Amino acid sequence: MHANAKLSKRLADRVISHLQLRNTAIRRGGRLLFQDVCLDLQAGEACALTGPNGSGKTSLLRAVAGLVTLDAGDITFGDLDPTEARGDGLHLVGHADGLKAARTAREELAFWTRWCGGGDFGAAADALELTALLDLEVRRLSAGQRRRLALARMLAAPRTLWLLDEPLSPLDARWRGRLSQLMQTHLDGGGMILAAVHDPLPVASRSLELSA
Amino acid sequence: MTWAPAFLSNPERFMAFSRWAAPMFGVIAAGLAVAGLYLGFTAPEDYQQGHTVRIMFIHVPAAQLGMFAYACLGVASFLSLIFRHALADAAAQAAAPLGAAFTFLALVTGSLWGRPMWGTWWVWDGRLTSVLVLFLLYIAYIALRASMDDEAKAARAGAILALVGVINLPIIHYSVEWWNSLHQGSSLFAKGGPAMSTVFLVPLLLMSLAYMSAFGSLWLVRIRGEVWRRRAEAAALRAAAG
Amino acid sequence: MSRLLALLGRETALAWGRGGGPLVAVGFYAGVATLLPLAIGPEPQRLAAIATGAAWVALALASLLSLERLFERDYEDGALDLLTLSPTPLELTCFVKCLGQWLATGAPLAAAAPVAALGLGAPLELAPLIFGCALLGGLAFAFMGGIGAALSLGARRGGLLTAVIVLPLFAPPVIFGGGAMDSFVSGLPWRGGLALLGAYAAAAVALGPLAMAAACRNALS
Repeated sequence: MHANAKLSKRLADRVISHLQLRNTAIRRGGRLLFQDVCLDLQAGEACALTGPNGSGKTSLLRAVAGLVTLDAGDITFGDLDPTEARGDGLHLVGHADGLKAARTAREELAFWTRWCGGGDFGAAADALELTALLDLEVRRLSAGQRRRLALARMLAAPRTLWLLDEPLSPLDARWRGRLSQLMQTHLDGGGMILAAVHDPLPVASRSLELSA
Repeated sequence: MTWAPAFLSNPERFMAFSRWAAPMFGVIAAGLAVAGLYLGFTAPEDYQQGHTVRIMFIHVPAAQLGMFAYACLGVASFLSLIFRHALADAAAQAAAPLGAAFTFLALVTGSLWGRPMWGTWWVWDGRLTSVLVLFLLYIAYIALRASMDDEAKAARAGAILALVGVINLPIIHYSVEWWNSLHQGSSLFAKGGPAMSTVFLVPLLLMSLAYMSAFGSLWLVRIRGEVWRRRAEAAALRAAAG
Repeated sequence: MSRLLALLGRETALAWGRGGGPLVAVGFYAGVATLLPLAIGPEPQRLAAIATGAAWVALALASLLSLERLFERDYEDGALDLLTLSPTPLELTCFVKCLGQWLATGAPLAAAAPVAALGLGAPLELAPLIFGCALLGGLAFAFMGGIGAALSLGARRGGLLTAVIVLPLFAPPVIFGGGAMDSFVSGLPWRGGLALLGAYAAAAVALGPLAMAAACRNALS
């Protein structure tokens, strides 16, 4: 716990204080996924994105990250320039974790921590109980362990806004509990969380329902 | 050309314009082609090439159009990439197969012409090779668009490729010229005015204009078809959704 | 800067590491160079006449082969998303990826090129020029090829499509390098061809990343 508290205090220079989505709409392959979606997220708040499969939860997260272009509406990050906010103000953790099967967990965690502008990843690896696994190749890790490795990246390089796509699904009950603690710590330190989920988020949160 | 983006951005105006412009260009093309072919075939034989010189009236304009269509593809791709005009993208998509067809025609007629003139169907000379590379660029563009399921992505990827090709074409052309040139120089734009006698020049110019009009007409027809297809798909999607 | 160095290290390691990395490309190269005499016939004069050209074309093909996975793997496993979410412009990221590719496969291929050409009967004096051309040409192949690899992301039959897109764009470097080596063998001035090859490689390095980044953004969106 001590380690987490320390980590979340070291938030990056660029702090997103306010995420706002105004009347956003996304179209994929000619089909309108959703329209007129609005959201106002302040520092310390979490929001659960719900809705049936194919309703555009992942696309909305990717749009916040700037990977998907909006069909209408806009997304602002307080008074930060969107390019800068996306550059080092947010983390995206999804199904595809960007980890290379042939490299060791240590190499991958070290690289992504450095890429995201973080320093030492030892405390983050400890917090997610990965230290003993670090010298294994990623292909030897279970789905849950891989997810923990991806989450460790977020702790090692603190950024304000966490965009999580089904963060709980590969984790067992114990790790779901641990993750909810980590999320709470992140929120207490002024962080923000926007998560696409099927079950309710384990932290106090608002919810935004996308209908198909 | 300032009217072009505004004009392209308004599909209704384009459809109204192309409705009469496409057949008009077609009629002009037919008229010019009849005149050009008549003059071409009544012209005297070339003292060196004999009757085969008449292939020139089919071949040279086809090669010109092959290049011209790529320029059109490039401009349309640029507009669709920068201004995101759906109509510009339809124009790019419509131009590519036409350009490929004209380039192919130039290659085939060039080969037919080469047989009596050079004694071989194909020589690896500068011009032939760069036209062949142009043809390959068209194939690459068409293949890229055809192999993507998401139309919006296919459009942007195609536009990027078309622009890369536009930048590369002069380099390819120059490099191939540098590599080898057996081919005769440019027929029309030689130094010190056209080197050709008027009996050949007039039908050649007529045929060039005929090809140009034919391209204009076919291009408009294909863009119209593309617009209709997209409208039909959008309507089908709406019907399925509602 | 430290970010880019880390990326360069990772890219080079990935291209080098798994599945033998440069060994596969060099092996393919050796295979093509071996098949050639089998197809053409073993007479030394005939082989020597085509040695440099054959070595050069085989090099272009081997570069193409290793390009296929340049963006594809990162696109599939989500790494490209994360690489995009960074203060580093995507153009620079693409540049570093291609550079890593060149270090891991272009350089070993350049080392193998003179050997293959000599084996086919090229004169020994030509070896340094072949190596130089292969280094420069490899740079042009990597950066032009990267455009094709990025454009065919998310397309059906990506690898074959990459080849169709890229091969016409390989024409100028193949011509310039081949011309330089040919002139050298015939005792003609060869520096012009080498300079043109260098200029083309420089242009590819400068402009290629712009197209690659645009293509990657398009594929991710």
